[in-house]
Amino acid sequence: MLDEIRGAFYIAKKDLKEYYFKPPTISWGIAFPLVFALAFLLRGWEKDWLAPGLLTLSLFFGSTSMSAASIVFERRMESFERLLLFPISYLGVAFGKALSSFFFGLLSSTATVAIIWLFLSIPPHNMMLLMLCIVGSALQFSSMGILLSFAVKDPAQAMTIFNSIRFPMMFLSNIIIPVSKLPHYLSWVSLAIPLTYSVEAIRYALIGSYDIIPPQISIPVTFISFFAFLYLAAIMIKRTIP
Amino acid sequence: MDAIVVKNLTKYYDGFLAVDHISFSVKWGELFGFLGPNGAGKTTTVKMLCGLTRISEGDAYVAGYSPLRELKLVKKVIGLVPDVSNLYPELTCWENLIFAGEMYGIKKEELVNRAYELLKLFDLMDKKDSKFKQLSKGQKRKLTMAAALVHKPKILFLDEPTIGLDVRSRRAVWSMIRELNENGLTIFLTTHNIHEAFNLCERIMVINKGKIIAAGSPTELKRRFSGSEVLEVSFTGEISIEEISQIPGVIKASRSGGSFKLVVSDPISVIEELVEKARSRRISLNYVNLRGADAEEVFLKIIGEEHA
Repeated sequence: MLDEIRGAFYIAKKDLKEYYFKPPTISWGIAFPLVFALAFLLRGWEKDWLAPGLLTLSLFFGSTSMSAASIVFERRMESFERLLLFPISYLGVAFGKALSSFFFGLLSSTATVAIIWLFLSIPPHNMMLLMLCIVGSALQFSSMGILLSFAVKDPAQAMTIFNSIRFPMMFLSNIIIPVSKLPHYLSWVSLAIPLTYSVEAIRYALIGSYDIIPPQISIPVTFISFFAFLYLAAIMIKRTIP
Repeated sequence: MDAIVVKNLTKYYDGFLAVDHISFSVKWGELFGFLGPNGAGKTTTVKMLCGLTRISEGDAYVAGYSPLRELKLVKKVIGLVPDVSNLYPELTCWENLIFAGEMYGIKKEELVNRAYELLKLFDLMDKKDSKFKQLSKGQKRKLTMAAALVHKPKILFLDEPTIGLDVRSRRAVWSMIRELNENGLTIFLTTHNIHEAFNLCERIMVINKGKIIAAGSPTELKRRFSGSEVLEVSFTGEISIEEISQIPGVIKASRSGGSFKLVVSDPISVIEELVEKARSRRISLNYVNLRGADAEEVFLKIIGEEHA
């Protein structure tokens, strides 16, 4: 067990060195959420509603961009196969990949956190809970990104495919429009999106209120979906073996 | 138990039979050649032994462990150099070696010493801080080999180790392979290059269309499949072409200037006979040149193909 965690950590460390400055991670992981945040701020959106959404958004884009870069590039260059030669399980490989995305997600969200702190002046409702929710959300997004990356074969198409999934999720998951204000049929779609639970969890931890999902549900769902995505990603890795 | 034991190993890809019930074994310390044309099933076999491709039927033991049931143990004792130099391009040579070592759980101090040792062995010390993507093809190949050796594996799999390399780099890699084997490492080498197999390997197994079609030492294979060889001789005195033509084993004889050119089926016995004839005439042989059968011709004969 300890060997697996250690191996996953080394994979994450290697990924951060290897992909930190890749264009997709920079442009879609840091620049896009930052620009997005500034755009909303300038239009004068209600800050209590906007802040949790922006924080979740930057975590979401940061965590999923890294996985797009690392797995899709490595599968293309056949270096992903190297990881499968090491004495570590497929789950360990998936966890290592998710960890690098997780760390990058945390790192890329610091700019947004700074904006929330400096420009919106929102003191967290519960700092410990906020940290827990940020960790849970980043883990959930990173493992989801790993899973999605197995749907992409060509690195050139990675961002197109990732964004075709990320953008609808963004608009349906409580970041911009409250689920309670969505048409009835779309609110059901929203409840099926894992991102909705992360936004709700972070919203509660940051401002002390939520839209429709209480923290007793949203926080456990965030962690449960992380484990589920990770397990499915391990299955996808196993399926790459012909 | 031998280093590698393969029993009825079989691989189907969506109904296509890529490896067809092959069985063989490789001894500890052997430099074993797995020779075959492209698409013969060489890489598939190696990948099955290393756990990178699922085994459809049969079984195998690598260092005593089965890739079907004890894959993690197999991975601990093998090193694989794939046909593509697939280290991480943005990492330096040093970082690539350290990462490989970390993944095998080698302690930091030991790993640092091992990385230095490998960089020296592969003549890459001056490239220690260069990124992998900045290396030449030959240097990339060498570093990929070094990364496969960082955990001191018991068995090294080399899949087409010199593919795409120029003559100088190829020879450097060959000498490295010989040196590793001389130090006791068991090496399983796949190649489509007959010269590489004949130059390096003690024993060769030829695979074509998923089946083992021949096996033996390079000399045995040459003898079995060459058919004939060319012997050039000259003497210090006179001897007639008719007399030479009558020697058993001489298929064809011709004279060119002062020397004879003989097509022979059994060169050793022909040479012995020529020495005997010269001695009886109180003359001697002053030039002998045996041109072995062309390796590529031998290969084509083994795999049952005609000249293009």
